[in-house]
Amino acid sequence: MILTTLRRVAPQLIILALVLLLNFAMFPGFFRVEMHNGRLFGNLIDVLNRGAPVALLSVGMTLVIATRGIDLSVGAVMAIAGAVAASVVTGGSDWVVAVLAALGAGALCGLWNGVLVAVLRIQPIVATLVLMVAGRGIAQLLTHGAILTFNDPGLVRLGGGTILHVPTPIWIWIVLAVVVGLVVRRTALGLLIEATGINERSARLAGINARVLLIAVYLVTGLCAALAGIVVAGDIRGADANNAGLWMELDAILAVVIGGNSLLGGRFSITASLIGALIIQSVNSAILLSGMPVEFNLVIKALIIIAILVIQSPRVNHALYLLRASSGAFSPGASRGASTPRNTAPRSAASRTDHTTEEGRP
Amino acid sequence: MQTDTRPVLHATGISKFFPGVIALDDVELALYPGEVHALLGENGAGKSTLIKCLTGAYGRDGGTITLDGQEIDPRDPLSSQEAGIGTVYQEVNLLPNLSVAENLFLGRQPRRFGMIDQRRMVRDARGILSEYGLEVDPARLLSSYSIAVQQIVAIARAVELSGKVLILDEPTASLDRDEVQLMFSVIRRLTARGLAVVFITHFLDQVQEICDRATILRNGRVVGTLKLAEASRTDIVTMMLGRQLEEVTRHPDRGVPGEVLLSLRGFGRRGAIEPFDMDLREGEVVGLAGLLGSGRSETCNAVFGADPADRGEARLRGAPLGLSNPRAAIRQRFALCPEDRKTDGIVGELSVRENIILSLQARQGWFRPLPRARIEAIAEHYVKALDIRLASLDTPIRLLSGGNQQKALLARWLATDPALLILDEPTRGIDVGAHAEIIALIERLRADGMALLVASSEMEELVAYSTRIVVLRDRRQVGELAGGEISPAAIVRAIAAEEGAAKEEVLA
Repeated sequence: MILTTLRRVAPQLIILALVLLLNFAMFPGFFRVEMHNGRLFGNLIDVLNRGAPVALLSVGMTLVIATRGIDLSVGAVMAIAGAVAASVVTGGSDWVVAVLAALGAGALCGLWNGVLVAVLRIQPIVATLVLMVAGRGIAQLLTHGAILTFNDPGLVRLGGGTILHVPTPIWIWIVLAVVVGLVVRRTALGLLIEATGINERSARLAGINARVLLIAVYLVTGLCAALAGIVVAGDIRGADANNAGLWMELDAILAVVIGGNSLLGGRFSITASLIGALIIQSVNSAILLSGMPVEFNLVIKALIIIAILVIQSPRVNHALYLLRASSGAFSPGASRGASTPRNTAPRSAASRTDHTTEEGRP
Repeated sequence: MQTDTRPVLHATGISKFFPGVIALDDVELALYPGEVHALLGENGAGKSTLIKCLTGAYGRDGGTITLDGQEIDPRDPLSSQEAGIGTVYQEVNLLPNLSVAENLFLGRQPRRFGMIDQRRMVRDARGILSEYGLEVDPARLLSSYSIAVQQIVAIARAVELSGKVLILDEPTASLDRDEVQLMFSVIRRLTARGLAVVFITHFLDQVQEICDRATILRNGRVVGTLKLAEASRTDIVTMMLGRQLEEVTRHPDRGVPGEVLLSLRGFGRRGAIEPFDMDLREGEVVGLAGLLGSGRSETCNAVFGADPADRGEARLRGAPLGLSNPRAAIRQRFALCPEDRKTDGIVGELSVRENIILSLQARQGWFRPLPRARIEAIAEHYVKALDIRLASLDTPIRLLSGGNQQKALLARWLATDPALLILDEPTRGIDVGAHAEIIALIERLRADGMALLVASSEMEELVAYSTRIVVLRDRRQVGELAGGEISPAAIVRAIAAEEGAAKEEVLA
């Protein structure tokens, strides 16, 4: 079991190692971890800590994408959850109540998405776009347009504190990932999610309750987003409805894709997505350490990510394989891509024959 | 009809091969001016392939085509159209966002000073369409008219462009009765002008109403060409299905069916299957026979709740039962192996092992996973019992052959220990060996006391294993055969029966 997981995530681990080495090359102290005032410090700890929001999001996003869906609203849900937590705690309630309220808001958002997708059968990308746009507005209404700050030690500790010398966000994402991973793989949930993602019709006819399953998956994603929102709010000691989680849905999707999970649904690996999230954070770290002007950050990040995706592309792998097989000689197989199949004929509107006939002949 | 003149189109020796399949084998088709010629055959008989060879959509692998005595060699639909062969398909191949007139004249619009002469185009269009008895405003969008009108516009366009032979591929499939009559009046006008019309349809009533002659194809060969005035519907159906009718011997011992398991009364679904009554007993195989589109699959899907019935009631061992979705049916230990394995059956990327245990696991619920050892035992048991050939249980099921996929799906349902097993075309597209094994399995399951409902287009197969056979036609149950009555000939007779009644319906 562990061996198959390792084989599955091997490409992601190699890429992560390469990016970390790049960091090390630019900053020799990269792997140094020190203890100050009962807290571990170091660039590596930073990667794990700063990567927490995307890691949290990627757990839910992996499941949604496995069902052949996508959730664009997670960034906005983070903002909502942060705003809910901040307004509850500034209203004088205990931080536990605030966290529960924020999680409830996240679950509600997930439920909304799930109902749109599973019951009303709206395409996931459109259905979740609604909340992506509206969610930030909801968060602004909750904070009355201002950055709602707080100093509640409980809530602050979730974003900036430590447990056993390790920053709390690291604990949160690891615990969440382990819990979700166990639930998905130790029950039949993972299998049913994969079956639904690959062929929903077959899955339904085999007796899988695809509708409830889809709603549950979006609900879990909403919860993950709420957790990420709480962590971010705790970290900055306030809810910033405009910027909390901004564009983070894209990083989460990217983490899942770098993790080698198909956007067409089906087989998934949460572990691989988490490594994907860490790769993204390591890339961010490398850009910072390189001392390049910040304006270059997004461009460089894009370039690195393109490189990662190209390395993973099946076509590139196939080409590399052919190149190796022919040991430098020109191989007929490699040129196959160049000649496209001849278009049979120009066809006028009235004589088009590309209709489906009742005969299943090839 | 002027069959004594020279044929306007004469195709001889037409052959077409696909990898591993002979789609057309030395096919001959002669069309005379002024006749409506039906092209008949079951699914996969080669009707569409023949049409595509005639229109040049497929390059043929042999044979010659002469049009008006001159040999032609259509390389693509455009050249055959220019030569004089026009084609209209079931799905209208026009542009719904353009006007009727623009559709008629697309590519050859009348011009004036280099600009399209809209006024003349609309006027000419009106003139052309009135010849077809169609009074519509050619300036309006095509999509504002019914499918029937759009079909006729498509016919008008094809005739304007070609004008010698018109091929109609299931033109009436989505038309209602009045629209069919409108279409027929158009066809009669065209034949009166001397056009030869090829008419492809699954509706035998319509064939007998409008067509003069029919060429019947089976397995890529011409079985015969006959004058419809001299042929009975039984002759046609027999030729289409082509059975050596009395050859099959039935298993004499059928056992005694047990208790009534499922009892359906007035069970039906609007637009899919007319309400019917049916009792399914333990230890009994009920066969569903009928031509394509007669409602076989629709019956299976309604009983399983896949396309749930919207009328009537179901009782399981006397107790009322809701069959609103597959899960409700599976809870009562129903199982369905669907006709279309690829889209409705297999989960392609999952392993054979996972596919086999999927329904059992779904019924148990996600929080009660099957133990690893049990999964392994179930999968290995069925791989052995059904002789599923595979490299490893980890192989994605999509890599298996059709027969092995079908067996894996059977394993999926047998693992749920079904009380009622519904099989929709259990032997379609699988090789001979697997075919015989599946038939033997059906026999074995029946002997073990399972209730089975099996839809199949293979008559001999139905005869071999059915305790009773329900015959369907036009989405309606039209007969039932039991015991000694069951034979392929009796099924054919039942499918073709009620000729008089059917004719009355058309006239009504």
